[in-house]
Amino acid sequence: MTRRIERDRTRFRDIVRGRIKQDLKRFVSQGEMFGRKGKDLISIPLPGIELPHFRFGDNKKEGVGQGDGEPEPGAGQAGEQPGEHALEVEVPLEELAALLGEELELPCIQPKGKSELVAPVGRYVGIRRTGPESLRHAKRTLRAALRRQLIAGTFDPADPCIVPIRADRHYRSWKEKAAPESSAAVIYMMDVSGSMGKEQKEIVRVEAFWINAWLKSQYKSLEIRWIVHDAAAREVDEATFFHLRESGGTKISSAYELCAQLMREKFPAEAWNVYPFHFSDGDNWSGRDTERCVELLQKELLPGSNAFCYGQVRSAYGSGQFKKDLDAALGKDERLITSDIPDRDGILASIKAFLGKGR
Amino acid sequence: MNLTRDLERARVEIERHAREFGLDFFPTIFELVDHDELNEVAAFGGFPTRYPHWRFGMEFDRLQKGYRYGLSKIYELVINNDPCYAYLMKSNSLVDQKLVMAHVYGHCDFFKNNVYFAHTDRRMVDRMANHGTILRKLMERHGVGEVETFLDRCLALDNLIDPHAAALRREPAASRGPRSAGEGGAGGPRAVEREGEPAASAPGRLPAKGYMDRYVNPGRFLDSQRKREEERLERQGRFPARPCRDVLKFLLDHAPLKRWQQEVLSLVREEAYYFAPQAQTKIMNEGWASYWHSTIMTRRVLRDSEVIDFADHHAGTLATSPGRLNPYKLGIELYRSIEERWDKGRHGREWTECESLEERRRFDRRLGEGRAKIFEVRRLHSDVTFVDTFLDQDFCDAQKMYVYRTDPRTGRPEIASRDHRLVKEQLLFGLSNSGQPIVEVVDGNHDNRGELRLAHRFEGLELDLKFAGETLRMVEALWGRPVCIESKVDGKGVLLRCAKGEVATQELAPSGATDRDGSDGR
Repeated sequence: MTRRIERDRTRFRDIVRGRIKQDLKRFVSQGEMFGRKGKDLISIPLPGIELPHFRFGDNKKEGVGQGDGEPEPGAGQAGEQPGEHALEVEVPLEELAALLGEELELPCIQPKGKSELVAPVGRYVGIRRTGPESLRHAKRTLRAALRRQLIAGTFDPADPCIVPIRADRHYRSWKEKAAPESSAAVIYMMDVSGSMGKEQKEIVRVEAFWINAWLKSQYKSLEIRWIVHDAAAREVDEATFFHLRESGGTKISSAYELCAQLMREKFPAEAWNVYPFHFSDGDNWSGRDTERCVELLQKELLPGSNAFCYGQVRSAYGSGQFKKDLDAALGKDERLITSDIPDRDGILASIKAFLGKGR
Repeated sequence: MNLTRDLERARVEIERHAREFGLDFFPTIFELVDHDELNEVAAFGGFPTRYPHWRFGMEFDRLQKGYRYGLSKIYELVINNDPCYAYLMKSNSLVDQKLVMAHVYGHCDFFKNNVYFAHTDRRMVDRMANHGTILRKLMERHGVGEVETFLDRCLALDNLIDPHAAALRREPAASRGPRSAGEGGAGGPRAVEREGEPAASAPGRLPAKGYMDRYVNPGRFLDSQRKREEERLERQGRFPARPCRDVLKFLLDHAPLKRWQQEVLSLVREEAYYFAPQAQTKIMNEGWASYWHSTIMTRRVLRDSEVIDFADHHAGTLATSPGRLNPYKLGIELYRSIEERWDKGRHGREWTECESLEERRRFDRRLGEGRAKIFEVRRLHSDVTFVDTFLDQDFCDAQKMYVYRTDPRTGRPEIASRDHRLVKEQLLFGLSNSGQPIVEVVDGNHDNRGELRLAHRFEGLELDLKFAGETLRMVEALWGRPVCIESKVDGKGVLLRCAKGEVATQELAPSGATDRDGSDGR
């Protein structure tokens, strides 16, 4: 069972986000807490709701102090010099992800039912006053009813009839054992051929960041691999993935082959939830190569992954043919999700398309 | 209790020392918890079984973030209850735990013996659990949203109680009618004019022989008696008869509430009264606990290897920062200064009249009454009387206390004075009514339209008007009719009125009393 406080906390957060109790919305303050991270000051957002009270205004300019030296201006007042420390706003990634999930109404991902993954075990260990009827504890309920009737003097030993009312009901409650982790792997593939410009890569970067944030909030451990390709594909690290500027032709099948190899060796489908993402401007070298891609998808990539996502970033040079070909060949397969990203504003819609199915 | 063997051994030892020093406390139960659990209990105000409300979640959020970023950490948590419950954080080192335990015994002793706590319910843990059950049931029946909204309104007013109500009776038990036994002497002219009054007697005149009358009933005494009588008569037409500081009680008795709403309001009020003494005795309570953790640790419990850690944490607790007052520090120093003064007999006439600096320095009557005195002080005082009675110039000097003001020219705070009278005045100002404005119900039938009129007893600080307006809305929702509050802004009387959720401000005539002329009884 969850902590008692979690319910209050959820309710508080819901109020802050304006989902319930709109009348309290105007008492929400966006407070912050100051922390230190190495040399930098960081600001930790700390929203709060202050119920109004009769209280004194802020016109108190005096007070009592103790110790050496002069009183310092309070933290609320503006200092004379600009701060020397960078002030960063630290939003925990999980909160960002939750916000994203809410904003896009993303469903929580259902991990694949894997034979190795044991379902969380609940054990009935306690009694509660509330609960589903199916868990009603008949004995305790009757006992409570009997007790009440004895106290109220309505129990007649000659005619021992016990009638439970709502307040008598007791329910079993359970504790959950920590569930074994389900693990996920994400494989990002990006086309770095000459036609992908800086803007296109930026779009991919932003989108990959948000997808990461969401998947991280859904899985306890997340393996991420990065693949770039032009006419040939290779695995790189994150920094390279985002900053590499290559030029040359485009042979998408090279990336897909590398991806399939990775999945075979490292992320077999029985143990992993695999999410390959591919971003390109849709300009493939030849129709033959596209056929090879479709074949790879059908035989290896789609069966081995939860969802295969292809995002096509629009660029001045790309023809965008690849998406059309994919849709034509595999459009009916719901494991394949394709989306068109015309510009930065299209990122959110694209993320929703990719993750909106909750696979 | 789930202490480890080491901790249990330390606890037994510390409890023994505490008793030997004369501390007198309820049985104390320690629970060892991890930080999540501790933060949870702390968010609930110390009671793990409280009713559900979002503000506990908010507090939990704050505590968790503070802990996660290493900004704040709760060391101890102790509940005024019989038995006392106290929580220890699992991750603390043994010396910390010992310090906390000694500190906790100080608090327990204070809870049990200080008079301001005498009225509190010592079975509060059970009662809080009952409140939780009641509210959960109400939420089940009437809907979470509705009950919660009502609860929010009650909580917005939970500082409008009369913290001294437990100790004194504001309403006379029975109507003390004018004594009519007096003989001779014409009553005051105004008294004669009133209808239905025994015309012959001046109110409050005591029976006396003619030649003694001048002494038994001097003119001043008669005047004051007459005035009281006039006020009484004036009040008769009023509702409530005299201003009522316990606004929650007034609402409970007179607002048109449903039964479940009354139940909620009454339990909010009950909890407010339970927590009130903790606000009234912050300095004393923390000072007392710090005094004892320091005494017990340094004289009895500390091992050589623990001295540095103890000193570090003790100093951290008592650290002062400019422009802010640490109640732990002020409290412990006051107790120590009292102890020293009463040990050396530095009080009373002989001491105050001693002018020679050298003599004062060496002044020591070897009375050894200090310990007994501080035990007496912890029994009888609250923060206000504590500071008022024992803060003197010597103490201010020794503690480097000062009053600061914001310089209007530069906008920076500066030290204005180190005079103990000013320091004391400033301190007491903040401590009176635990730093809350005093608000009273003055009229439950304002304008004869069933409106509620509150009054802020102005003592130099203005109300936050925006908040006051919002609070008025909450009051209106409870009262069911328009409500208003009189206060002062920039030296002028103002009346804030809230009708149908709309708040309007109007200026009051300077005297402030003109509104009430109607009931003068003429």
